Amino acid sequence: MDDPLLLSRIQFAANISFHILFPTITIALGWMLLFFKLRFNRTGDERWMEAYRFWVKIFALSFGLGVVSGITMSFQFGTNWPGFMETVGNIAGPLLAYEIMTAFFLEAAFLGIMLFGASRVPNWVHTLATFLVAFGTTLSAFWILVLNSWMHTPAGFEMIDGQAHATDWLAIIFNPSMPYRLVHVLLASGLTVAFLLMGVSAFRLLVGDRSGGAGLTLKVGAWLGAMLIPVQIFAGDMHGLNTLEHQPQKVAAMEGNWETRGAVPLVLFALPNEELRQNDFEVAIPYGASLILKHDPQGVVPGLNDFVAEDGTVMHPPVAPVFWSFRVMVGTGFLMLLVSWAVVWTLWRKGGAQALNPWVLRGLVAMTFSGWVATLAGWYTTEIGRQPWVVQGVLATEDAVADVPAPMVAGSLTAYLAVYVFLLTAYITVMFGLARKAAKADRGAFDLPDRRSGRAALAPAE
Amino acid sequence: MMTMFGDPEVWLPLAFAALMGFSILIYVILDGFDLGVGVLSAFVEPAERDRMIASIGPFWDANETWLVMAIGILLVAFPTAHGAILTALYIPVAVMLIGLILRGVAFEFRAKTTGRAHNAWNAAFFSGSLLSSLSQGWMLGIYVMGLEHTAETMAFAALTAFCLTGGYAFIGACWLILKTEGALQDKAVDWAKGGLRLAVAGLLAISVATPLVSPRLLDKWFSFPEFLFLAPLPIVSAGVAGAIWLILRDPDLATGRLAWTPFAGAAALFALGFMGMAYSFYPYVVPEQITIYDAASAPESLLIIFVGAVIVMPVIMAYTALAYYIFRGKARALSYE
Ligand code: HDD
Ligand code: HEM
Ligand code: HEM
Repeated sequence: MDDPLLLSRIQFAANISFHILFPTITIALGWMLLFFKLRFNRTGDERWMEAYRFWVKIFALSFGLGVVSGITMSFQFGTNWPGFMETVGNIAGPLLAYEIMTAFFLEAAFLGIMLFGASRVPNWVHTLATFLVAFGTTLSAFWILVLNSWMHTPAGFEMIDGQAHATDWLAIIFNPSMPYRLVHVLLASGLTVAFLLMGVSAFRLLVGDRSGGAGLTLKVGAWLGAMLIPVQIFAGDMHGLNTLEHQPQKVAAMEGNWETRGAVPLVLFALPNEELRQNDFEVAIPYGASLILKHDPQGVVPGLNDFVAEDGTVMHPPVAPVFWSFRVMVGTGFLMLLVSWAVVWTLWRKGGAQALNPWVLRGLVAMTFSGWVATLAGWYTTEIGRQPWVVQGVLATEDAVADVPAPMVAGSLTAYLAVYVFLLTAYITVMFGLARKAAKADRGAFDLPDRRSGRAALAPAE
Repeated sequence: MMTMFGDPEVWLPLAFAALMGFSILIYVILDGFDLGVGVLSAFVEPAERDRMIASIGPFWDANETWLVMAIGILLVAFPTAHGAILTALYIPVAVMLIGLILRGVAFEFRAKTTGRAHNAWNAAFFSGSLLSSLSQGWMLGIYVMGLEHTAETMAFAALTAFCLTGGYAFIGACWLILKTEGALQDKAVDWAKGGLRLAVAGLLAISVATPLVSPRLLDKWFSFPEFLFLAPLPIVSAGVAGAIWLILRDPDLATGRLAWTPFAGAAALFALGFMGMAYSFYPYVVPEQITIYDAASAPESLLIIFVGAVIVMPVIMAYTALAYYIFRGKARALSYE
């Protein structure tokens, strides 16, 4: 553990993994809050406002964690990866700058009004603020995903004296993997929130919530999940086909396929062995991979051995982590399909959420953070699958690392990890604490705003 | 467009240095008062603490975004300098980030907990604010000393760490004079008096130390005729500090219509000090090593950002002003709606 490259990679991975947990929630939850608000404006049904009140607290908490971990991210580039900006700064710079100027200020400024302003501004301004915050988070995802996609499928630039210079900004922004990645990540956010809504609402029902609000949000979550997951599976498939075209070595690692050949089976389970360059204990469906990737049982699929240079230098990513994280993501996806459709079907047949079996509710609680699992697994597939490059074919990871003494990186890494473990525990504890409190709350304790003026009587300060 | 204002290799780096300086200044004033309030929050009753924190609750996130903006401009416009500065300041940056994390999450967590957990988050709020202020002051000191680490420069950094924290407490107290009333406001007046002394001491220390460490700066400030153009800077600063002192001693300050003046004066003092430093360091972005012209990115990329900034910045200012307008008046307890 005295290699600054390895330590910096671990630190970067730890920081971004921690950060992404919160954007995946806030991006879609912002739109969910707008939905609750609009339903309330429309119907006047108190339960929508109650849903808004409860979930806006979770939103605020997640947003706070997203902001502070994001600030850490923006310092990381300088502290640990100076080579990154020195080489591709002319491309990454404007994209990051636009994210800050168009998205960060927007969401940060209107967040205050959204959280604390309902009693100070007309209802429509408050609804507008909610919209602008949701819009800002989505816009920020757009810009950062443009940059990240460009790192996977760089386009619209030329290299002069070892530095990338932009030649075509439209080609940079709409680089080949951007549309797929943007769609896939936004859907991932929607699914994460769907299961969060279901899990926390199920928990409230289990601890005896009779308000009706919990049943409502459970239903919203179930429908959201059931609608999005088939789209996500389809989008993921398209994404994979696009990756096959631009980063075949990554797909070869995801499939665990060593030799370029036809009639490749779909590997369900295996222990990829890089020493012998083969799979141990393989369980596979014949023709599966050829069918999925080439839509032809005899289709030729590229293999990892094509990415070993004459002198033995390996130019493909480490196989096992890519192979496994891909399976975790897809497995979670199919579990989500099963669960959300089963719940929607039961709700449809039996009416209210109260009719759900306690074991079903417990299952939903267990799946509260399944979106996090799939999202992280997906990012690990994508990012580890790009190694040994930071920018595919342009900049190798080892050339981007800072010349910081290893003990210093080890020190900062330890401190960050301790803070993250602590904050994650606190976050989950407080979230379920809020759910428990909401379940126990006397119905009379909620002061509902007059719908026309939208001015709420001040609820007791949280 | 590119050559409209002359050679883009000259005016673009200058424009971005100005934009970065502007962002740092706005950050230091705005998050300065947030951090100052955080540092002061350890010295009051629970109910007063709630009001203090409510007075910054709707603003802190947008205020902190100016730090992201400043560091973003350093990153995108002067990438080599970004690497050099942040690797040299690796440890204080990490400490500051952890401080900012603690401070930022404590807003939410303290509102959602009771009893021991609530007290612990109050402590996190205070210590996060303190750590961030101290580490920012430390970085300022090391930066002024040309990013050198010797016993003397570190002693100086310790002094600036202490004084910047005092300066933040000062502007935080001035903010509280504006946003609170009653006993808390009286306390704020006392804090402001103490903080003003520290802030002035800090300004003096930096003004004396910079010319001493760098003959270039000695020359820059004390040669003729520059000296004449520059003389107003310290004189106006001294005038502003004196005026704030007099206003703070006015017994009717709390109830009078002048409650906003200490805050405005504090902001002016920060701005004046900042202008002096900007003059000292120009054209360097890494003191005595890298100029803004050497460090700048390719002009095409800078231009793309510049066009965006010209359009977006006024919009940002407008809705920031809107937020301050909506939450004008004395702070009351916050609640989620
Ligand atoms: C797919 C979405 C996504 C991804 C991959 C990233 N972020 Fe992020 N980020 C967001 C989506 C987001 C967001 C939804 O916009 C956040 C989360 C909560 C929030 O306040 O905004 C945010 C907040 C956020 C903030 C605080 C903004 C503020 O003050 O309001 C910063 C500085 C960053 N991010 C920086 C980064 C960097 C440097 C990243 C990559 C290396 C990164 N983020 C990856
Ligand atoms: C948000 C979800 C993301 C996650 C969970 C994630 C995760 C990871 C992981 C695990 C690695 C390490 C791979 C390895 O070293 O084997 C990595 C590498 C990297 N990622 Fe990401 N990433 C994300 C998004 C981004 C974005 C948006 C950017 C930039 C705009 C980015 C830039 C990088 C860089 C520069 C590296 C190279 C450094 C390294 O290899 O550790 N990542 N990422
Ligand atoms: C079940 C079917 C799914 C398939 C076939 C699929 C396919 C893929 C593929 C091929 C990639 C890598 C793309 C690349 O690196 O170029 C990927 C990445 C990713 N996946 Fe999935 N996915 C599925 C489900 C999910 C689910 C359920 C989630 C989250 C809820 C998710 C979240 C992600 C994320 C966040 C990434 C990284 C970002 C990106 O490159 O798009 N995926 N997915």
